[in-house]
Amino acid sequence: MKKIRFWSGDIAAAEGAIAAGCRFFAGYPITPASDIAEHMALRLPQENGIFIQMEDELASMAAILGASWGGAKVMTATSGPGFSLMQENIGLGAITETPCVVADVQRAGPSTGMPTLVGQGDVMQSRWGSHGDYETIVISPSSPQESFDLIIRAFNLAELYRVPVIFLMDECVAHMSERVVVPPKEKIEVVERLKPSMPPEQYMPFKPLNNIAPMAIAGMGYKIHVTGLTHNEKGYPQTTSTEVQEWMIRHICDKIRKNERKIRDIEEYEMDDAEIAVVSFGIAGRSAKAAVKIARKHGIKAGLIRLKTIWPFPEEYFENAADNIKKFIVAEINYGQVKLEVERSIHGKASVELLPKFGGAVHTPMEIYNKIKEAKNGN
Amino acid sequence: MKKEIRFSGYGGQGIILMGNIAAKAAVLYDDKNAVYTPSYGPEARGGAASSNVIIADEEIDYPYVTDIDVLVAMSQLGYEHNAPLLKDNGVLIIDKDLVKLKNGVGKVAKIDATRIAEQLGKRIVANIVMLGFFTAVTKILSYDAIKKAVLESVPAKFKELNEIALEKGYKEGKK
Repeated sequence: MKKIRFWSGDIAAAEGAIAAGCRFFAGYPITPASDIAEHMALRLPQENGIFIQMEDELASMAAILGASWGGAKVMTATSGPGFSLMQENIGLGAITETPCVVADVQRAGPSTGMPTLVGQGDVMQSRWGSHGDYETIVISPSSPQESFDLIIRAFNLAELYRVPVIFLMDECVAHMSERVVVPPKEKIEVVERLKPSMPPEQYMPFKPLNNIAPMAIAGMGYKIHVTGLTHNEKGYPQTTSTEVQEWMIRHICDKIRKNERKIRDIEEYEMDDAEIAVVSFGIAGRSAKAAVKIARKHGIKAGLIRLKTIWPFPEEYFENAADNIKKFIVAEINYGQVKLEVERSIHGKASVELLPKFGGAVHTPMEIYNKIKEAKNGN
Repeated sequence: MKKEIRFSGYGGQGIILMGNIAAKAAVLYDDKNAVYTPSYGPEARGGAASSNVIIADEEIDYPYVTDIDVLVAMSQLGYEHNAPLLKDNGVLIIDKDLVKLKNGVGKVAKIDATRIAEQLGKRIVANIVMLGFFTAVTKILSYDAIKKAVLESVPAKFKELNEIALEKGYKEGKK
């Protein structure tokens, strides 16, 4: 039977993670992500899972990668300053193709910024924060309900594509409490990573079968070598081979890029005949929806494109959408990040305007509506 | 139906808990939509505290309180700071020992919640007395729902005291 809960976004994310099969959490507390760790500390032991409070965020990230190779579904949770510290090992997760979920509950930055107040300034960092070429999947919930539902998907995608998935929350969604409908266990789709079944002498831990390599876990009897160095299909370092470097980079990027359509998750609202589209995500997406409702009441053909997946960026989607849209208004709580991606994707077919908030507050519906009205009047 | 509610007072009165309980009652026991947003910050103890709840039949998009339908004020500062945001037909609910009204416009419901709580032996349950009063005055929540939510939210050994506090406040509101 489904259950109705009254949960904050942080609690819903923690419960969603457990529902997805997460049984290992290593983290270091930081507002506004601490409630996730606190709830995991309570709940994971009840589920025969392990919670560790680490000495810092570098170690937290390292611990979850190790636990993932130990066979667990794993996550950590942090906010901007901690997310910066995790970047090195997120890169290690990318090159070693290690399934894991990293929740970044955004607050206003840079640096320690505004610890208790909202920001959405980590959009680019969630994709480009570590060095070198790699891809991540980035998912952004707008409510406690989506914190529950979408973190389950985050785990599923991490397992499916052997990739770190960033769960990009924000302070408002994390701290607000709302109704969360928890489906019965058997109705929750849970994906398990592909494991090898061939004889051990034939197994290669980085040789893809249909895009993704089966992942042996410690104790299964397979030999593995896992390294942050450029490596071949066997996992052996090949630090001077440009061919292996090219093969590896193409693989870790293309497994995500080529599946962008399958990964893509967008809420469209009133987009059928829209001429003006508000693009938004997370908490700002809720103000944007309210603004579109006001605009429609005033007879303005406005619609909402709310990104539930931000990366890989849905370039193709925006290029197609631009055929019917005169103006995109990007409402985000930063000084222009998703706006750059929208602009890049539509190849000049429409105009794009940023409606920024600088952190500490959310756009009010009227602020966004006024921008829609301006666009309608041709300004 | 959509009601924007702000509970205000000072840190330590259980203002944050009031909002949480009211929204929880609406969602879990009255089958309504509700969103609760706390205010965090250095004011957590001693200074101004407020918590915000929107209760609605429809989907709630923007989760923040802007035009207040019901203002519950348990401190002078909370009243003075928030009264200008009260809608023309909004309801003001005050602890009359703690709030001195500046001008008598609009609907005002008064209770000496803190004094009642003191008579019950625990000043700390003033917020629950106030929640009972709020429930009776506004009729946004059912008594059954708020009672269940209160009992679920307080420590086991204080359940009885809180139930009495809630009932006291509710009866005052029914007068």
